[in-house]
Amino acid sequence: MTQIPGLAEEHTSTPLSSSQSITLRIAKYNPVHDTEKKFMEFNIPYEKWTTVLEAILEVKKHFDHSVAVRFSCRQATCGSCGMIINGKPRLACFTKISELNSNIITVEPMNNFPIIRDLAVKFERLFDTHHKVKPYIIRDDTEITSDTKEFLQSPEELEQYIQFSNCIKCGLCNSACPTMATDSSFVGPQALAQAYRYVADSRDKGKDTRLKIIDESHGIWRCHFAGSCSQVCPKGVDPAMGIQLLRGYMLGFKS
Amino acid sequence: MRESIIMKIHYGSALAAVGLVAVHILMRLTQGYAESLEYANVIRNYHFLPYAGMLEIILILLSIHGFIGLRVILLELKQGRIYEKVISYSCFIAMIGLITYGTRTIIMVNMG
Ligand code: SF4
Ligand code: FES
Repeated sequence: MTQIPGLAEEHTSTPLSSSQSITLRIAKYNPVHDTEKKFMEFNIPYEKWTTVLEAILEVKKHFDHSVAVRFSCRQATCGSCGMIINGKPRLACFTKISELNSNIITVEPMNNFPIIRDLAVKFERLFDTHHKVKPYIIRDDTEITSDTKEFLQSPEELEQYIQFSNCIKCGLCNSACPTMATDSSFVGPQALAQAYRYVADSRDKGKDTRLKIIDESHGIWRCHFAGSCSQVCPKGVDPAMGIQLLRGYMLGFKS
Repeated sequence: MRESIIMKIHYGSALAAVGLVAVHILMRLTQGYAESLEYANVIRNYHFLPYAGMLEIILILLSIHGFIGLRVILLELKQGRIYEKVISYSCFIAMIGLITYGTRTIIMVNMG
């Protein structure tokens, strides 16, 4: 096999071997020619530390290389490997098979996202809504370009938003959200949590602009506080709380 | 109208309605509950102006709250600019219609 210069070769071609094994059911679907999802089953050996992503990669390497899955960091940092694992949105690289307590592991693409193929979904809507809420510090340009200007922040001010800055844009919250399932224009928990992250930042001057953006007919008010977004977030962001805190600003309880 | 203003009206009307409906239910308890619902008693309530006024306010508050809620449900059901406009105006017109019809009933019973 020719090796592309500069690319490190992967040394994981030995199949996993263990006395324990699970049945991995992978949803296969290509919107171009399939009418419905089909499940393919594979018997995969696993160790205590084997993640669902590793099991899927095992399938790709030794049984069916056509399985479409998105991943990169393998350490819950890039937000690429979100999928529905045994009915719940999770990061495949952050979910150990042993913690699922089941002999059958079913993996499906995330809900509320258009499917590209198999487990890979389109992120355009998430990125659009994320971008829409202006996810950056808004200041007067002249202040920012000055070399000498510092924007100091106390630990208390930092605490107001630091939890919300952990978002890795994995989309699990949007996948779990019941409003996202029915309202195709809803801005979604991910973007709303990010709106709060910047509104609550003492260095930011874009609060009014941002609150105006989310104060529309498919904005913040369409959240029913189901709380499923916070339950599935792998980074402890708690979008549901961010949304309620944002509402506090809009109802005049916070300034 | 800004969505936050609509929702403030929605929440405010619910809170106010809860207060007034509580008064309305307590008034039932000043007599025996079944007795308070007898025809003659109901008509007497309508003739008592402050009570009729309270019923009118409850009617307005619940209509506002209910139709805003209905609009929210319908907006989630389907999306699109024209659809949203049709829903918003239809809910507003239906709300005015219900309030007018209810007010007419209260006035007619009060006067007649
Ligand atoms: S809020 Fe949590 S679940 Fe949602 S995109 Fe960010 S990290 Fe993922
Ligand atoms: S591969 Fe990066 S978060 Fe899972």
